[in-house]
Amino acid sequence: MRRFVLPGLIVIAAVALLALLTFGISSQNGTSSIDAKVARGVYPAAPSANLALPVLGSNVKKSLADYRGQVVVLNVFASWCDPCRAEAPILADAERTLRSRHATILGVTYLDNSTASEQFVRQEHITYPVLRDVSGNFVRSFGTTGVPETFVINRQGRIQALRRYQLNNTWLKRTLPPILSEPS
Amino acid sequence: MIARRLRAVLAGLALAAVTVAPLVQASTAAARGTVSFIQVQNDVMCVACHEPLAVAQSPEAFSERAYIRQLIAQGMTKTRIEKELVAQYGEAVLAKPPARGFNLVIYILPPAVLLIGLATLAYTLPKWRRSSRRAAAEAASAPPPPMDAEDARRLREDLARQA
Repeated sequence: MRRFVLPGLIVIAAVALLALLTFGISSQNGTSSIDAKVARGVYPAAPSANLALPVLGSNVKKSLADYRGQVVVLNVFASWCDPCRAEAPILADAERTLRSRHATILGVTYLDNSTASEQFVRQEHITYPVLRDVSGNFVRSFGTTGVPETFVINRQGRIQALRRYQLNNTWLKRTLPPILSEPS
Repeated sequence: MIARRLRAVLAGLALAAVTVAPLVQASTAAARGTVSFIQVQNDVMCVACHEPLAVAQSPEAFSERAYIRQLIAQGMTKTRIEKELVAQYGEAVLAKPPARGFNLVIYILPPAVLLIGLATLAYTLPKWRRSSRRAAAEAASAPPPPMDAEDARRLREDLARQA
């Protein structure tokens, strides 16, 4: 009986380490599930829709649920990201059109300090609301691991299109009209 | 010859300056009651690249460094700066995360593994030593194996030749 004690302890330790590893891996959100569903035309509900985040430059908190009924172009960005700076004028321009179509762009900062984000907003003449995701839980639920990323959420609160890298005018002009024309 | 020595002395001085400068900077900052950039940077992570900020070279790391310099310029203490960084980037910015929740694993697991290893050695080493001593003693006290007929004949012949 005693000769099984040491191997038993080693097996228990190995199983515990494996369990820890499995927990660590499973707690990471993969990007593949949202992307695959959108690609198949099965639009998943926007995650963390009720998670209220502070609005940049104010004490107010807002969540995606506050924009239900509108088309939301959710843009994840950071002031230190050059592609984000490159696409900012396109988004600022699109916002003017979207406003009249019961739609908005909603910025979410990614791993950025508020001073730098506010400076970015001023420099790029951004007029749409920007939320701060300090914990990163909100963007992680979208499978975000880098910036810029953009998700188009339809009037039913479902992700209908997404872009995991810098967007351009062509993509916006091709993606937005059919989503904007859908009734709420 | 003199030029080579001069070069060696200059290289030594440059090396000493590079090594000592951060220490001098840190001690000067401590004397002034403020915090040096290096003191903060050494305990902070680059949140985008998951590397210590001191070695990270990503755009986010440069942004983080600039922010730390701003906070130092405002005269904040190290604790206050770390609190501010957590408020901006979350707890992932700290090189040593607070000991609570799942983070406890990194504080508990290494000493636990060490203790288990030491306990295993303390349990098994004496056993191994006892069993090897017993085996040696048994080998020493055991009678030699009987000689077969052929070996006995050769031994007798050898002894007869030497006599």
